[in-house]
Amino acid sequence: MITSTLHATLPSDLQDERLQNRLGLRGIIPGFLDKVRGGDLGALPVVAGLAIIWTVLQILNRGFLSSANLVNLLMESAAVGVIALGIVCVLLVAQIDLSIGSVSGLSSAVLGIAFVTNGWNIWLAVLLAVLSGAAIGWLYGQIFNRFGVPAFVITLAGLLSFLGLQLFVLKGQGTINLPFESPLVYFAQLAFVPAWLSYVMVVAATGSLFLVGYSRARERRAADLSAQATSVIAVQSIALLVGLGFAVWYLNQARGIGWMFVFFVALVLLMHYMLTRTKWGRSVYAVGGNVEAARRAGINVHWIYTSVFMACSTLAAVGGILAASRLAAASQSSGTGDVNLNAIAAAVIGGTSLFGGRGTAFAALLGILVIQSISSGLTLLNLDSSFRFIVTGIVLLLAVTLDSVTRRSRTSHGRA
Amino acid sequence: MSTSSPAPQAVTTRLLSLRNVNKSFGAVAALTDINLDVAAGEVVAIVGDNGAGKSTLVKVLSGVHLPDSGTITFESNPVSIPDPTAALHLGIATVFQDLALCDNLNVIDNLFLGRELRPGRLNEAAMETRSWELLRQLSAKIPSVRIPVASLSGGQRQTVAIARSLLGNPKVIILDEPTAALGVAQTAEVLNLVERLRERGLGVIMISHNMADVRAVADRVVVLRLGRNNGDFVVGEVSPEEIIAAITGATDNAVTRRTAQIDLRSASADKGVTRS
Repeated sequence: MITSTLHATLPSDLQDERLQNRLGLRGIIPGFLDKVRGGDLGALPVVAGLAIIWTVLQILNRGFLSSANLVNLLMESAAVGVIALGIVCVLLVAQIDLSIGSVSGLSSAVLGIAFVTNGWNIWLAVLLAVLSGAAIGWLYGQIFNRFGVPAFVITLAGLLSFLGLQLFVLKGQGTINLPFESPLVYFAQLAFVPAWLSYVMVVAATGSLFLVGYSRARERRAADLSAQATSVIAVQSIALLVGLGFAVWYLNQARGIGWMFVFFVALVLLMHYMLTRTKWGRSVYAVGGNVEAARRAGINVHWIYTSVFMACSTLAAVGGILAASRLAAASQSSGTGDVNLNAIAAAVIGGTSLFGGRGTAFAALLGILVIQSISSGLTLLNLDSSFRFIVTGIVLLLAVTLDSVTRRSRTSHGRA
Repeated sequence: MSTSSPAPQAVTTRLLSLRNVNKSFGAVAALTDINLDVAAGEVVAIVGDNGAGKSTLVKVLSGVHLPDSGTITFESNPVSIPDPTAALHLGIATVFQDLALCDNLNVIDNLFLGRELRPGRLNEAAMETRSWELLRQLSAKIPSVRIPVASLSGGQRQTVAIARSLLGNPKVIILDEPTAALGVAQTAEVLNLVERLRERGLGVIMISHNMADVRAVADRVVVLRLGRNNGDFVVGEVSPEEIIAAITGATDNAVTRRTAQIDLRSASADKGVTRS
């Protein structure tokens, strides 16, 4: 009796009696616990890790969580964060790109030579640098698809070759300084969002989150499917409004939010949309999960690999341009050193699985915040890069260990 | 060897025909001069021992392997099937034995993989509604379509795979060992499903090792042996012994000997019972 009346009121996708009720506000916490127990941790570990790192660094140095330092931290995150976003894509199809540092360095060299040495129009120079990145990714895709060389080796060769090319084209000049009055350098160093506009953007962001959630829920209800209650969406939106509003207010106590960081976040949101709401994104996850199944489903697997390598190299090139703009220089050491490692570590720390098919665009954002926090905090403590490497290495190891452990837990909970 | 005449309606509504199809891997001839016909609304079982070429034949039909020679005719037009997409476009859907599902994706994503609705802005509500329709048609017992496929049981996964092959409105559906990993009730459900496919006018090619399943649903049985046709029977006019003889290539084979042994043993056991 009771079950039959229950069924009549339930939407068509929740009628199985084995399903436990996880609807509405009261369902949030049990639903969340189900996921965590099943090994589907999402962004939880990296957010927890970030909180711990911030707490420790704040205790060690009172200046760490100051507005001025956080403003700087965000500005420093953007360039490598953009590169990490590309790495997320490559990791999703269970491949790797080791050459991102070299490609970003080469792209900054191309920019410098075209814009400064040859006096090109700046946007034409930017376009050329970005296209060179895309071309490199296309080349990787062709080699990968045609000859089946492991991506690890292709991109290792790319790392060496493009580093060589970067050194070659900059030979004789060593460093090309970008003029301070150029729009790129202004964008990367001095362009901050006006305070009023930043609040408008926060309201617009939360408003659109609410509208998207609400219209999706309405669409689902119209199709007689379960949907999030409006109250849940409202609570989420208000939480975001308060959280973002506070963050923006705090940052506005210093210089505010740099446009370059806004650009990075915009790229993350765009990539999130591409990965979750388009056919291309589904195909990327499918290829990462089971490439043979994807192939048999009629997905053009070769194109997915090529497009992912192109996305990664293109984003690496964009990251190189941002880094050069931030430094106001393209040099032989651009993109060398820890750029490669930081970008890959950021993607993995952010929660992208090395085993493919699992991770989100936000991994790049959260991961680079962790890396940059460690870097900034240790610099404030006057510790040199040796400590930074050690700490980053340990955090990376922890992140991958967690990935491996939760993967096992997912298998035992049937969520592999 | 008995070669029964094909069913009369097969000539008029023949959907898919293979003539003299050959495929070899290096020096191994996996398929030699294979002929096969499937009509609309007909269930053709393909049986054969391990290594008889059943899987290779499936792969040729689904576009995984290109045949070396021979003709494939689909709806009276000669066609070639260079890749899986071409097979899907023709209307030949295949459910592979390993099901080819992406464990990290949920049921909806797997069902619509490669043919998502509204590619630029996925229409998730419509896809979910369609998924439920399809799964209920197949009377599937899946609690939620938004859980990863990894958490489903073998029978549920089989259902998802079959449901997926139906999404493209195929004309011919190939099932590679659809009941191999299933329990008794689930096997019966899959067999019901096969009959429903036949009622919908689809041509069904079913690969199976299970004589009981074959006799339960198939209209015709095509026997392959060592990569060649070795018999084409109409179910109902043939005994299981004849099919087994065609599969093994002899009337005196391991199966008949074993049956004889068991008969002998049970006969002597009966004797023992009567004596005491």
